[in-house]
Amino acid sequence: MQSPMTYAVETRDLTRIFAGKKKRRFRRKAGSNGSEDSLGPVTALDGVSLGIKEGELFGMLGPNGAGKTTLIKILATLLLPTAGQAFVAGHDVAKDPFPIRQRINMVSGGETSGYGLLTARENIWMFSQFYGVPSKVSKERIDDLMHIFGLWDKRDAKVRMLSTGQRQKMNMIRGFVTDPDILFLDEPTLGLDVNAARVIREYVMNWVRKRAGKTVLLTSHYMAEADQMCDRIAIIDKGRILACDTPANLKRMIRTETTFQLEVDTIRDTTSFVGLRGVKNFSHKDDISKNRSHLTFILEDEGPVAEILSSITSQGAKVHSLQKSEPTLEDVFISMVGRGLD
Amino acid sequence: MSAASVRRTDLRYRVGLNLRAVVGRSYPRIVGANREPSWIFFEALLPLLGIAAYVFIYQFFGGQALAVINQATLTAPFGMCGSNPCADAAQQALYRAAVYSNTNALVASVVLGGTMVAFWLNVLWSMASQLYWEKEIGNLQLYMMAPMNRMALLGGMAVGGMVMTSMRAVSTLIAGVFVFGVVFQVANPLMLLAVFFATLIALYGLGMMFASLYLLWGREAWNLSALMEEPIFFSSGFYFPLGGLFRIPGWGPAVAIAGSFIPASIGLDALRQLTLGSTAFGGTLWIFDVTTELEILVGMAVLFLILARYALAYLETLAKREGKLTSRHQ
Ligand SMILES: Nc1ncnc2c1ncn2[C@@H]1O[C@H](COP(=O)(O)OP(=O)(O)O)[C@@H](O)[C@H]1O
Ligand SMILES: [Mg+2]
Repeated sequence: MQSPMTYAVETRDLTRIFAGKKKRRFRRKAGSNGSEDSLGPVTALDGVSLGIKEGELFGMLGPNGAGKTTLIKILATLLLPTAGQAFVAGHDVAKDPFPIRQRINMVSGGETSGYGLLTARENIWMFSQFYGVPSKVSKERIDDLMHIFGLWDKRDAKVRMLSTGQRQKMNMIRGFVTDPDILFLDEPTLGLDVNAARVIREYVMNWVRKRAGKTVLLTSHYMAEADQMCDRIAIIDKGRILACDTPANLKRMIRTETTFQLEVDTIRDTTSFVGLRGVKNFSHKDDISKNRSHLTFILEDEGPVAEILSSITSQGAKVHSLQKSEPTLEDVFISMVGRGLD
Repeated sequence: MSAASVRRTDLRYRVGLNLRAVVGRSYPRIVGANREPSWIFFEALLPLLGIAAYVFIYQFFGGQALAVINQATLTAPFGMCGSNPCADAAQQALYRAAVYSNTNALVASVVLGGTMVAFWLNVLWSMASQLYWEKEIGNLQLYMMAPMNRMALLGGMAVGGMVMTSMRAVSTLIAGVFVFGVVFQVANPLMLLAVFFATLIALYGLGMMFASLYLLWGREAWNLSALMEEPIFFSSGFYFPLGGLFRIPGWGPAVAIAGSFIPASIGLDALRQLTLGSTAFGGTLWIFDVTTELEILVGMAVLFLILARYALAYLETLAKREGKLTSRHQ
């Protein structure tokens, strides 16, 4: 079935429920999504409707367990929706995967794909063969991309000899070498050093902007990355899209609000902030090693600041710093769900 | 859609795509595996030890039989020919020649079987468990996301395994011929090639089918492979002509028939007939004639390939529905 509009990616009421299993309880990473849902079925996506235009660099911003990877896997024809529909390049992911697969590629952060016995170059070449890229073309592209990503020195190194950053650069080249029209990047800079992350971000931005008809869907839980890179961003939490707009417009949503960051001695009781007049929302994060708490308040105006401070000092905690800041995407997220992104 | 997104779907494109995919997937097996020089020791020389054990036993029995024939007594001046004294020197020579030729045939059977063991181990450990292992390292989802046909993926694994293992098997065979002084007589080389390839395709077809099933069974599959390794050496007649099992009353035929479902059994039987002559062992230890066995092998090859295709298609859908194409998720 063809999608009527010319979206590169479109989803309609897309829902994905994973059957719960006892086994999964032990494997679940601590804090990924609370523990109350670890036994029953998990609704990873809950009625997601999105339209990503051709040529867009589109971001999905949300905390761990929000459903970002699940969405990417459905779009990459690796997972079937439980309900709703998804179209990539106009084709239904559930009914017509072949033409989609010709046009897409996917790179995830922390990927360990490939064979340790092969060199970086051979691994990338191998994956390009599954897309039918002629060997000569593939090798030329690999050499070019290796120069751009700064991996040329490591071209003949076995994969197991590569550092995390080099390995992720290799994965990125694997994604670009098939010249996809739509590229899915699932937290591509996860755990990378600043330099490797910067090289990757810049190449992705250039790739979308300089070539006609290229679309990127990027997921991230780094708000700065999403802000810097994306034309539009969908904020996702617990499988639902909370907002979808340009980074500037998203931040404008809380323009009338004021953001305050506080660093205080570790405090236990945050309930006193809850119904405080003028406090729209707040997030609380402990830094155990320094014995400090970081608090971010989204306030309607500066009125409640005095009351917040006295509530903290009445618990016997010292305030180490107080800062008013420009709204970031993270503040947008906090104002919507009352939690930070990580 | 823009010009960049015009992609081809015609037959020529698909054939090219899938041939490239087969070559791509076989590459790490052929090239990568030979990068570890230790294979010469583990995969070409170590099997010789297993072979040697049987060779020495067969040669010992041959020696015993000869000793009886050569042992002259007053009542049997030309030794014993079977349970009776030999009639004259000519009969004694005939019996002696028979022992030599039977011993050679047995030793040759073991060398051939030991060579075939390499393929069986490759099918068990590098085909059957492969997709499960690819899933663990995260390759499987990348393979399933690519436009290549799924049979190209399995085919690439199989071709890579066959080429790599053939190199090893040939080294074992050559070493076996030199070390144990085996004599082969090949009357019909074309038939030999046909049987060899039919055996390989049937064997790797079985491996492709297992690969899909193991994906379903997960970790238990490893135990299954370990469990199947040794008993099948025996029930498939890797180290003796399988027809011998059929002559053991009671459990013999049952075990042999069970073992015959592994294409290596029938294949080995045919290969032995073609390299030793069907009159070896007095012609009494073969299961079927070579033509029948070739037909069975071709039938098995087709059947296993079809089953592999459907098993993988079924598993792919199941895994996509249940979210099991990756073992870890970020
Ligand atoms: N294969 C799976 N089986 C069961 N539950 C899963 C599976 N994949 C993801 N989940 C659950 O679905 C939710 C969303 O996960 P995911 O899409 O990986 O989130 P994100 O990528 O945003 O961190 C989580 O609660 C996760 O535990
Ligand atoms: Mg994820």
